[in-house]
Amino acid sequence: MRLQLAKPSEHSAVVAWPLDTALDDWTIPGMQRVAGLHRHVVRMVEGRDTSYVVKELPDDLAEREWRLLRELADAGLPTVEVVGVVTARGVDRDGLLVTRHLDYSLPYRVVLSGRRLQIPYLGERLLDALAGLLVRLHLAGFYWGDCSLSNTLFRRDAGALSAYIIDVETGEQHASLSDGQRELDLQIATENLAGGLLDLQAGGQLADGIDPMETALAIEERYARLWEELTGVDEFNSDETYRVDQRLRRLHELGFDASELELVSTGDGDRLRLVPCVVEHGFHAHRLKSLTGLTAEENQARRLLNDMGRHGARLEKRTGRKLPDAVVAARWLDERFEAAIEAIPSELTGKLEPAEVYHQMLEHRWYLSERVGHDVGFEEAVASYVRDVLTTAPPEQVVRPTDTGVLPIIE
Amino acid sequence: MVNLQKRYPNGFEAVPGLDLHINDGEFLVLVGPSGCGKSTVLRMVAGLEDISDGDMLIDDVRVNEMGPQQRDIAMVFQSYALYPNMTVAENIAFAMKLRKIDKETISAKVAEVAELLELTAVLDRKPGQLSGGQRQRVAMGRAIVRQPKLFLMDEPLSNLDAKLRVQTRAEISKLQRRLGVTTMYVTHDQVEAMTMGDRVAVLRRGILMQCASPAELYDTPDNLFVAQFIGSPSMNVVTGTVAEAANGGISLAVAGQTINLSGEAAQRLAGLGGRTGSPIAVGIRPEALGGDGDQHLDVSVDLVEMLGSELLVHATVAAPSVRSTDDGVEIGGGSESTIIAKLDPRHRVKAGDRLSLSVDTLRLHAFDMETGAAIGRA
Repeated sequence: MRLQLAKPSEHSAVVAWPLDTALDDWTIPGMQRVAGLHRHVVRMVEGRDTSYVVKELPDDLAEREWRLLRELADAGLPTVEVVGVVTARGVDRDGLLVTRHLDYSLPYRVVLSGRRLQIPYLGERLLDALAGLLVRLHLAGFYWGDCSLSNTLFRRDAGALSAYIIDVETGEQHASLSDGQRELDLQIATENLAGGLLDLQAGGQLADGIDPMETALAIEERYARLWEELTGVDEFNSDETYRVDQRLRRLHELGFDASELELVSTGDGDRLRLVPCVVEHGFHAHRLKSLTGLTAEENQARRLLNDMGRHGARLEKRTGRKLPDAVVAARWLDERFEAAIEAIPSELTGKLEPAEVYHQMLEHRWYLSERVGHDVGFEEAVASYVRDVLTTAPPEQVVRPTDTGVLPIIE
Repeated sequence: MVNLQKRYPNGFEAVPGLDLHINDGEFLVLVGPSGCGKSTVLRMVAGLEDISDGDMLIDDVRVNEMGPQQRDIAMVFQSYALYPNMTVAENIAFAMKLRKIDKETISAKVAEVAELLELTAVLDRKPGQLSGGQRQRVAMGRAIVRQPKLFLMDEPLSNLDAKLRVQTRAEISKLQRRLGVTTMYVTHDQVEAMTMGDRVAVLRRGILMQCASPAELYDTPDNLFVAQFIGSPSMNVVTGTVAEAANGGISLAVAGQTINLSGEAAQRLAGLGGRTGSPIAVGIRPEALGGDGDQHLDVSVDLVEMLGSELLVHATVAAPSVRSTDDGVEIGGGSESTIIAKLDPRHRVKAGDRLSLSVDTLRLHAFDMETGAAIGRA
């Protein structure tokens, strides 16, 4: 048997597992079945601090997935953290792939049931998340081959959703993708999305207002629009260089940043052509992290940065001078963010991610202010949020959908 | 495919120029070692890879610039996902609904596919109420219901375990024959290729080495590469010299021994006629040793593997081996090599024995030592 472990000091618990036993026969504490459509045996091992997902699959596939997941993570793409791979477990025994459970992720059955804390315009947010994920993968030259709801996990993202790729069995990493590869990947995604949504609908588990066929078909247009926005070539007169800023701002609004731009003059010399060469996601998340050290999804980061900006304006008014960004960030972190998070009783902490909680507090404050017709103070809004929303919200650090609709492995 | 070419921006020529015609309704398997260009060819056919030069024609229409969806092809078995809350009929039909095909057509197609896959009686059931085999057939139904012009399959069985692979292999072959849809199938597994294809195209470094029926590839390989790639265990190939037999016929000097070719065998290898005294590569399949025949090859036994239905004897012969390489033909180091004979399991043989293995001269092969090309009828 051969165990390859990433970050062994962090995941030493894995070594004590019965790695030479068939996964189906494991009886260690914290073992849970994982609902969904699986080609292989998949189990969750819940630990006190960290939970893991273990999948049993042939050695070569396990090794391949281990490599691909690491490459995706290294490229900064949203995926699960791969912990280890076990191979050569003996004759007729498949290998194991161990990944870390993505905390605060929501399986699609949970997200789309609409039965938890609500996400407005759920169908739209789902499309944005999936199209965004597919575009990011394609920009990095990754062909998925099986984009589906069951191969994706979602995290709350300030009223939107962030999608994470969790199954790359059919994936291929290329230097870049041809239009044909992207087209086929999108076609598979569309069909799989329709199938997944129709299945939820047939099982009475789909939130109202989502039309499976219309939603699935819309992903093609959503993808094409985003792809064009990120990679399309702009042409303008040589005296319109403000268009470069305009284009960059549009990219930032979408959460992307161009780390390289190419500006070339056309044949007649009067016009310029702008090509964004390297487009990276996480513009706001990177900025928030660099200013405060906080990790957040892209929309959460945008929301927090906006709040930070407003706090900076208040400070400027109070002090009569503009403070440097770093100072504003430190003050905001101390006076607003941490103060709000500390107001949460210990038994309720960990239910949602701090950045998401903070976003929801801001939403709650807006909602309360609208209701009473004047601005409600932040402390009052925080107290009301904790009392009226967070107390009854289900914990989401590790969420398991009810064990329905599981198909045994085809033999 | 007419002079189909693939060159990458870094100059690497994955496919230097491929001419290959697939007949209507045919099951063609592309096989070759890793990196031989078979998946690249398939991806060019699918529209996933840009074609550098040459023409790709489907039904005599040039499709080079068409996207995958416009080519009316299907990459099948990408996923075996079945939706547990949907009936068998819904599982098969939903992709057509998505493409706005009218209800009558969908019903007719689902009924047709269900009939073909023997699923008619379970159309209203959900996947959880089906047997494993039925579920597998529903998954196939999802793939075939579109009835495209061409099915493309890229190593579709690679993520299945050995038992399921054999089972699914048979299912795919049976289904393809019943559907009659032209199919192109890529694999690195020569057993898969030989058991499934009407014809098998063997590729090496993007070059077509031979395209023929499985039997023809096995019995009359065009070159040393195909001879050694097809067959398991692979063909034994050692150095030899063409000589003139005492009766004026052709003989081969192999491992210091003389193998006289019968009249019929000499006719099969008539190309050896003008090569007296020349070195050649002599190929003998494992099952052509140790059976009937009045010519013999002396060997010493190193290892015996009892497989139940046959006995594999690994033995040393006093001649260096010959193998096909990227640059041509390579002679193994030393004066000896190991050959494998496939014997009847009733033989009593053990390691250390000296054996005189009979040689079926009608199944001997000869290859040019420079080019590796087969030497056959003159």
